[in-house]
Amino acid sequence: MKTYNNGLGLPVACRSLMLLLCVVVAVPVLQAQEQQLDSLPAFPVHLDEVVLIGNAKKLKHQTGQKPLATLDEYLEGAQKVTMIKRGAYAWEPALNNMTSERLVVTIDGMQIFGACTDKMDPVTSYVDVSNLAEAQIQSSQQGAQFGNTIGGGINLSLQKNTFENKGLSATIENAFETNNNLRVVGADVGFESKRFYANGDILYRKADNYYAGGGEEVEFSQYEKYNASLQTGYKLAEGKKLLASLIYDEAKDVGYPALPMDVSLARAVIASVSLEQDSLLSMFGDWETKLYYNTIKHVMDDTQRPNVPIHMDMPGWSETAGMYSQAKYAASKHVFTLKVDGYYNRSYAEMTMYPNNPNEPNMFMLTWPDVRTWNTGLYLEDVVSFKNDQSLLFSTRLGVHRNHIADDFGFNSLTIFYPELERSQTRLLKSISGEYKKSFNVFEVAFGAAYGERAPSVSEGYGFYLFNSYDGFDYLGDPNLSTEASMETHAAISYKEKQVELKLEANYFHLPNYIIGKVVPEFAPMTIGANGVKVYTNLDYAQIFNTSLQAQWRPFNRLVLKARVSWHRGTDNKGENLPLISPLAYKTSVAYSRNGYSGTVSVNGNATQEHFNPAYGEKQTDAYNVVSATFGKRFFVAGNSLYAKAGIENIFDTNYTTFNDWNNIPQMGRNMFVTLSYSIN
Amino acid sequence: MKNLKYIAIALITIMTCISCSKDDADDNTEVEENPMEDFSLLKEFDYDEHTLEVYSENNTQFEIGYTPLYMRIKDKVSEKYVENADLSLKPMMHMENMMHSSPVSPVVATDNPTVYTGYVVFQMPGNATEYWDITFNYSLNGTEFSKTERIDVVAPADGLKRVNTFMGTDETRYVLAYVGPVAPQVALNDMTAVLHKMETMMEFPVVEGYTVEIDPRMPGMGNHSSPNNVDLSYNGQTQMYAGKLSLSMTGYWKINMKLVDDEGAVLKGEDVTDENPESSLYFEIEF
Repeated sequence: MKTYNNGLGLPVACRSLMLLLCVVVAVPVLQAQEQQLDSLPAFPVHLDEVVLIGNAKKLKHQTGQKPLATLDEYLEGAQKVTMIKRGAYAWEPALNNMTSERLVVTIDGMQIFGACTDKMDPVTSYVDVSNLAEAQIQSSQQGAQFGNTIGGGINLSLQKNTFENKGLSATIENAFETNNNLRVVGADVGFESKRFYANGDILYRKADNYYAGGGEEVEFSQYEKYNASLQTGYKLAEGKKLLASLIYDEAKDVGYPALPMDVSLARAVIASVSLEQDSLLSMFGDWETKLYYNTIKHVMDDTQRPNVPIHMDMPGWSETAGMYSQAKYAASKHVFTLKVDGYYNRSYAEMTMYPNNPNEPNMFMLTWPDVRTWNTGLYLEDVVSFKNDQSLLFSTRLGVHRNHIADDFGFNSLTIFYPELERSQTRLLKSISGEYKKSFNVFEVAFGAAYGERAPSVSEGYGFYLFNSYDGFDYLGDPNLSTEASMETHAAISYKEKQVELKLEANYFHLPNYIIGKVVPEFAPMTIGANGVKVYTNLDYAQIFNTSLQAQWRPFNRLVLKARVSWHRGTDNKGENLPLISPLAYKTSVAYSRNGYSGTVSVNGNATQEHFNPAYGEKQTDAYNVVSATFGKRFFVAGNSLYAKAGIENIFDTNYTTFNDWNNIPQMGRNMFVTLSYSIN
Repeated sequence: MKNLKYIAIALITIMTCISCSKDDADDNTEVEENPMEDFSLLKEFDYDEHTLEVYSENNTQFEIGYTPLYMRIKDKVSEKYVENADLSLKPMMHMENMMHSSPVSPVVATDNPTVYTGYVVFQMPGNATEYWDITFNYSLNGTEFSKTERIDVVAPADGLKRVNTFMGTDETRYVLAYVGPVAPQVALNDMTAVLHKMETMMEFPVVEGYTVEIDPRMPGMGNHSSPNNVDLSYNGQTQMYAGKLSLSMTGYWKINMKLVDDEGAVLKGEDVTDENPESSLYFEIEF
């Protein structure tokens, strides 16, 4: 799958530099928006974290991420998030070492579910940085505002304007990266008046195969993506506005070097209309009601791969409609948030295999049997402020979750394994959490506990022979799985003064009925060459522990040093290691900024993976570290802002792979990037 | 308010009418149905006082393998289909230098007493020099009839194997024929087969109490198997072998089999292994 290209090193670097120069020279009017991103405002209020993404207007000039980085790269910069990589595109976020089915990942509060049975299209792959303002990351049940969750929530909030009388504005952005010839072109045009705004943006990315450290070409790691969005707002009256949003996202020819198949099309249309009102019935504030709809089509493709034992088509569809309405109510020491929400999703995926003997009929199966999910919930939150800088956060969610198998063919297929299968299943999902926080001068302590539940995902409940290339097993869902639960507790202590900030935190999850695939030896695999069949099963429990220490030192105003080290552990009820748990990991950076110039040097790495589990296909990954540097400068050209940023990632061209690289595919080697953004106000 | 009341009354009236007319339509459809409407007429034999009609439910011609036949006798005088005809069948293969019969079941009346059914298992197709005929024995108005009619038996167009004629390790010749599922599904299907042994050239009695072990495989896809199959065992009521056939996807399946007698001895067929991709005893299906 991977070939060695020993010509890399210099020649490609030279060629790339020339291309860089071309870009700079050929597009002199190029500009862009200053994108300041990154990290959280010091140490956040609750244990949440906010990653600012694109909105130049809100951002202070900060060093850190490269502008026009992918959303995946932004999320990877977040403290608690790690990204599972199956290639260069569509990384899957993990929070507290838990992935998609244990998280609630929403786009501006909207539920959306990937259409790929093999998790090749996490929700985060259907938006781009041009659409987004920030990513709100909430640990454990603090994510319950957006839905039922175990590990937490990631909400990607869309950009919104503020009805300032700014008239027309435009931004042009352009970026190039040397390693995989990534070309990014983006444009954003906006109009804003006191009553109305409209903002349209398009972004196009195209990348060739990337090269791992040492010059090894990683075949099938190319991708191409278009994203366009239109956000509009109309002020109905003072304190009352109507907003509408439409996102179209299409990725084509996406390679997944870690998987046996690629993707020929991944397309999403995401639409919403919302009404926001500052007050409601003179009692409530911040009333927001949203109606939304999204539809996804995802087509896996193996026609580009050599030596495929049998050619197959695997398209999937996911369609979700939903609404929510929320408001706040303040009374003396309390601030209540009340939210009702509901969504309806249909997930359908099929698989057609073309036999080598043309006289035989095609082989067909439904891998997701048109599962209709109806979920409705009620969420209540109360923040109580006491004297002496104490506060208490209390939240609860009660949800009803119903799954129904709509397709007869799919229903009959599952009866092979579950003769007593019922078409529908309804679960009650409960969540409750509390957190106490107190400040003493420079210290702050916080601790809390939470209980939450989630229903099995469509794959876990109804998947039919889903091949997992990580452990080489065909996976079968079990519709009779018990609801998975989480009992979580966490504590944090932080110290903060002018120059130095320190924070030590830890959380522990006890997860009754933890859902994971277990081998059933009597079932034979369907996929050619598979090791066997696993059926999703409830373990008695599993447990996950995460702890981290972060430090920040600002010896003088322009220089910031940051370091973070984290340790994680996940085991099942027999003390066996859970898969995809991070080893000891660290991130350090030094950032300097002055007069519109900024520069950073960062070192990230992991220790050797001590705890891994070959039963889930894991191989031990070695320790590694990667050094990167960036340099940025902001100019003013004719009163408009031009921001240029360049950098080198993986300076020493280290060949490395990490615990969350699917099948241990090597990560990108040395990469140089340059970004230009010019904004006209 | 008053208007609302009238509108409500009008609506109710309209609704009632609609539901009435719908009921009427349903009633009208209950005309006397031809019980053979969904069947294909394979042959119609015209005699002096009566006609003999032979139907098939799934085929348009006589095919080798398990062949359920449906028969009616029409009295030309009374213009009525006859009940209690005491019908029986005797198939015969005329080869160049010998004759033999085939497995055949007793003929019984269906729920409709004028429609008779029974099955024949044709082991081979006819050709230019060899042919099948069937002798129909029945009584009509107190008279016994015995009519022998030549028929064309062909191999199925799909070329799939649905009947096995073989010599067992006990030196007995057997005929094992696939009965169903007629329309296989991706599901756990009820599978049925009939097993006869050749006692003489003319006698093919049903074999009782054996087991047909099944191992369905997809040769087109790594020869994978399917889960939760149930071997076929003898059902004294239907005089057939019944089990469960699990098909995890559509396509071409080879149902590998082993015939095991009531003492556990394997009479025919082998286990499927990496080295031996198929049994010598098998059926084929496609859907």
